[in-house]
Amino acid sequence: MTKALTIRKLRKTYDNGHEALKGIDLSVEPGDFFALLGPNGAGKSTTIGIISSLVNKSAGHVDIFGYDIDHDLVAAKCHLGVVPQEFNFNQFEKVQDVVVTQAGYYGIHHREARRNSESYLKQLGLWDKRDTQSRMLSGGMKRRLMIARALIHQPRLLILDEPTAGVDIELRRTLWDFISEINSQGTTVILTTHYLEEAEQMCSNIAIIDDGSIIENTSMKQLLRKLDKESFFLDTRQVLPEQSIFAGYDVRRVDEHTLEVEVGKTQGLNGLFLQLNEQQIDVVSMRNKSNRLEELFVGMTNKDK
Amino acid sequence: MGLQQNWIAFCTIFFKEVRRFMRIWPQTLLPPAITMSLYFVIFGSVIGSRIGTMGGFDYMTFVVPGLVMMSVITNSYSNVSSSFYSNKFQKSVEELLVSPVPNWIILAGYVLGGVARGLMTACIVIALSLFFVDFQVYSLLATILAVLLTSLMFALGGFLNALFARSFDDVSIIPTFVLTPLTYLGGVFYSVKVLPDFWRGVSQANPILYQVNAFRYGMLGYSGVVDLDIAFSIMAIAVAVLFVVCLHLLNTGKGLRS
Repeated sequence: MTKALTIRKLRKTYDNGHEALKGIDLSVEPGDFFALLGPNGAGKSTTIGIISSLVNKSAGHVDIFGYDIDHDLVAAKCHLGVVPQEFNFNQFEKVQDVVVTQAGYYGIHHREARRNSESYLKQLGLWDKRDTQSRMLSGGMKRRLMIARALIHQPRLLILDEPTAGVDIELRRTLWDFISEINSQGTTVILTTHYLEEAEQMCSNIAIIDDGSIIENTSMKQLLRKLDKESFFLDTRQVLPEQSIFAGYDVRRVDEHTLEVEVGKTQGLNGLFLQLNEQQIDVVSMRNKSNRLEELFVGMTNKDK
Repeated sequence: MGLQQNWIAFCTIFFKEVRRFMRIWPQTLLPPAITMSLYFVIFGSVIGSRIGTMGGFDYMTFVVPGLVMMSVITNSYSNVSSSFYSNKFQKSVEELLVSPVPNWIILAGYVLGGVARGLMTACIVIALSLFFVDFQVYSLLATILAVLLTSLMFALGGFLNALFARSFDDVSIIPTFVLTPLTYLGGVFYSVKVLPDFWRGVSQANPILYQVNAFRYGMLGYSGVVDLDIAFSIMAIAVAVLFVVCLHLLNTGKGLRS
């Protein structure tokens, strides 16, 4: 089956000599929800720029649904929708015009474009703003407008570069519901985000890019299995003793009612709960110290630094 | 994309450009109307009556074709340079670059948008001139060809300027320091026949001289020292060369892709 995206030996060296990509290989299956993660300056935006032909590559190959961007660029572009990190629409155009104009660039008839734009603007809660100049929209609305614009030609591959940056929690959830729905209908989604809990929740496969190289490319489940320990905070009802010692566990008393514990992959928490019970300390709540993916990500990208 | 999709894409870009300059008409269509009215009043009625005739025509009649061309040149150029650069500046040009629109259609859409503004300005200036002189056309074909080729040439020039521009200052440098002097020295207000031999020779290196006089020939049947075959050849070659250069730069992503 043709891959949604295939990248082979992709290199990019900018005019100032900076080597942003050092020959990366990557492939994304059709229908996948794929996370492309990496610290700032790792090469994510350069990769997306090359896929969407906003950046010239130095070497390598990129295929979108089997169409090589060197030989079948037009066909490749027809299958691609991009939601960039920065707002890049004409700020003086009205909301619906931004979407309809984009449809025109894909050769979609005006009447059909208006019909489709109505559907997407309604789904993304922007229909009431259709006649508003786009510069008057809030940050979250502008992001939704870019999603509507990217979907207007019904691409098979949708790239979302930091789609929830600056978006409030409620809206972020709505947005993810919408994108999950699009993905469940068959659209392949590639996501870059700094909210790693979102990536963990939404994506089934992941690649981590650092300093222009792919350092991990696997399924989310496989990656999370690599986590050999997790840290938790336990909130207790009773005051914790100054010297909190629990045999077999690496614990730290954060304050009178909070205990931090590091638990190995094979260890489990039952032993700790038993000991707390023996000391007549009730646990009222428990939470992860940090997101699991975040712990792995920080470990991987800081290895050589 | 098939022929029909390309046509839709072209119309989208072209009408977006037309809508843009119509929406901001006080900045695009009104200023040339006011400036040219002042030229007509000052050079035509006030000074023109003291100058007498030029090239066998009264001065007012002589300057009208030059003033029309002057507004066509500046408006065709500035429409494309400011619009395309503004899209670069706002990054909205990325909408086009990620889409499957072929580069030649992007170029054609923007350039013909500039031509549309140039022609609309020409119509406004001609309409205003009717308050001062009688309308006359000696050769409709030469008139249309001259105005179209000139407008195309400067719209392409504006596109080239926008590709290289890195700031709004870069967009205004060429019109201020190149186009305006060349236009004033291009026989808009005088016939180069009245110049001394040396300056007449220098003037013939100015491409705008050929455009102004080709258009003047179309309207009045008078082309001064300019050979019409050479004039139209220069314009056609310049349009072809500029089109190829702009398209090549678009294909390589000059000023657009890193």
